[in-house]
Amino acid sequence: MKTFMKSGILTAAAVMLSASLVAPAFARDLTVVSWGGNYQDAQREIYFKPFSEKTGKPVLDEAWDGGIGVIQSKVKAGAPNWDAVQVEAEELALGCADGLYEKIDWEKIGGKDKFLDSAVNDCGVGAIVWSTAIAYDGDKLKEGPASWADFWNVEKFPGKRSLRKGPKYTMEFALLADGVSKDELYDVLATDEGVERAFKKLDELKPNIVWWESGAQPLQFLASGEVAMTSAYNGRITGINRSEGKNFKVVFPGSIYAVDSWVVLKDAENKDAAQDFIAFASLPEHQAKLPEFVAYGLPVKEAAAQVPAEFAKDLPTDPANMTDSIALNVDFWIDNAETLTQRFNAWLAQ
Amino acid sequence: MSTGSARTGRSLLLLAPLLVFLFGFFVWPLFSMMSQAVSDPAVLRLLPRSAEVLPDWDRQSPPTMPMQTALMEDLKTVDDDQALGDMVRRLNSARSGFRTLMSKTMSALDDTTNPPTDLVSIDKRWEKPEFWRAIAGALSPYTDRNLLAAVDLGRNAAGEIEHLSADQSVNRVILIRTFWIAALVTFACACIGYPYAIIAASLDGWKRDVMLAAVLLPLWTSLLVRTAAWFILLQDQGLINDFLRATGLIEAPLRLIFNRTGVIIAMTHVLLPFMVLPIYSVLITIPRNLMPAAASLGAHPLRAFLRVLLPLSLRGVASGGLLVFISAIGYYITPALIGGPGDQMISSIIAFYATGSANWGMAGALGVVLLVATLLLYSVYARLSAEEPGRR
Repeated sequence: MKTFMKSGILTAAAVMLSASLVAPAFARDLTVVSWGGNYQDAQREIYFKPFSEKTGKPVLDEAWDGGIGVIQSKVKAGAPNWDAVQVEAEELALGCADGLYEKIDWEKIGGKDKFLDSAVNDCGVGAIVWSTAIAYDGDKLKEGPASWADFWNVEKFPGKRSLRKGPKYTMEFALLADGVSKDELYDVLATDEGVERAFKKLDELKPNIVWWESGAQPLQFLASGEVAMTSAYNGRITGINRSEGKNFKVVFPGSIYAVDSWVVLKDAENKDAAQDFIAFASLPEHQAKLPEFVAYGLPVKEAAAQVPAEFAKDLPTDPANMTDSIALNVDFWIDNAETLTQRFNAWLAQ
Repeated sequence: MSTGSARTGRSLLLLAPLLVFLFGFFVWPLFSMMSQAVSDPAVLRLLPRSAEVLPDWDRQSPPTMPMQTALMEDLKTVDDDQALGDMVRRLNSARSGFRTLMSKTMSALDDTTNPPTDLVSIDKRWEKPEFWRAIAGALSPYTDRNLLAAVDLGRNAAGEIEHLSADQSVNRVILIRTFWIAALVTFACACIGYPYAIIAASLDGWKRDVMLAAVLLPLWTSLLVRTAAWFILLQDQGLINDFLRATGLIEAPLRLIFNRTGVIIAMTHVLLPFMVLPIYSVLITIPRNLMPAAASLGAHPLRAFLRVLLPLSLRGVASGGLLVFISAIGYYITPALIGGPGDQMISSIIAFYATGSANWGMAGALGVVLLVATLLLYSVYARLSAEEPGRR
């Protein structure tokens, strides 16, 4: 009886052990990760589902809120559980330098010359051109803000404001509100005095700021009337106007645009399928459908040309919207993000 | 003797799942977190030649030619992108600017047709001693910089420990705030949970079941869902404010969200079961005839409560308080969603270092500080509660 028990325990232990070793052998479906909300709903319709139908295999999709640490921990642990991920320009630069991404097979994607220059990278393929801009509810504010100086003006426009929690964008917007011209913006920010100046300007607005962290939050704040105006991703604003009949306005002058890219995580199980997926999502006929759902600019030139005029006018890449907007300086942020975030956190806590 | 050891062996075998679990999910993560906080091999591993040359440098003057040559040789032999990434991240965290400097330098060194003779010709920044100081400061396999920075200390150029200025680092403020919020929540839970448990324990049948279900049902709901529900209740146009305005009790909405009040309300609700259940489980073991017995001896109900029921049930309050407090200091989601920037707790800073900037050393160091502070508090608790048996 005792020996039976002992062998029973041993068998159980052996089964448990082998189960844990065998488990990874079950193939995981292609996992695509993007930014959630109505943007990902659109991507699901035009990219994920059609790709799954074409290949006959399921595509899993997950959402994330960014952070190079998330990617790093997945890759360093070995066998990451994500394959294709949409990342911001900063995460693209950091992760590519750190060897966290597979190199892109540009032959498969269709050649670099089909894309805008800023959308081409050894490790990433541009997915969208997007803007962070002032948004407000046109039904509540008949005459809305036109600049970041207006955003800071709580006497003319009473009510709370919302900004993305973190120094990126916030520092730039503060300097713009303080009268720095867009051409000098990053030169000023690169100096210690410029950083001081930005924090001083932020001090003025601090009691009126509600901070947001995920892209869907500013829309909820606007919709519930919690804030009078907010910074937000432009595509989501147009998206909610179309899906829920809101009248939210986007202020393009003074907005900051950047390119989001698809990357493939290093040694991901489905890395080849992930590159196939990126190629699929970069075909002009698929990409051109995106602006109907969310107003993000398209990095594939041919796709951008196919967008109907009624949607094109809302895109950050539209010439009228582009004139007074600013390109995010990625190099500045990969150098200074950590120090400035520490300072920003300290400033927040004071 | 031999049967004894065989028995020990068998009981060890029975304990094996527990031991494996404890090691895999408790000892090992804890150990790796602590070692992350103090180990610092990223730079030394890739720059062995520089490590020989740099200690002779006075840390003030411009870099010498041998230093530049040694670093160039080191960088040329690097072939592991991820190791290089670790090094650059470490250096950039000590001195902003290393990211772009290194990528520029690495691509210049790859250029074999027109090889650079020294580093200064690649980028002027290599002339500055502060970049070299960052390298020189990172050449020891172990470091105390993360642990120091976790409590707002740092080393100056001469290597002396000094306070970081308040606009650089506020970890102490946030740590104290974390313990303060946890203490307030524990207090609020005790104030609500203790009477609740007494009432529940004094009832019978379906009434008791209903009261227990009211505590247990929320416990089975996800933390995120409960926090989101509080968000809806507390906001300016939320149910609570709408109700108060409809009844005419208030004119302007009460500020209940994005401040400390909201955080305390939501966290108290979320953690209340951890207070009620231990107290309740102690109360139901107390014989019901003790209070009537005290009354029959002439004790006023309040006196009977203070002298009989309270001392007997204090054990439940203490363990409930400990459970609530220790859960509360690790809270992240509730302060992030319900609180304002002045209500963020230490987990949000740890999360920034772990996921935002991939600085695991700093995340580990803050974790160590939190762990040590918690263990200290626990030892105080253990000492206080150990007195009880002695009194009996």
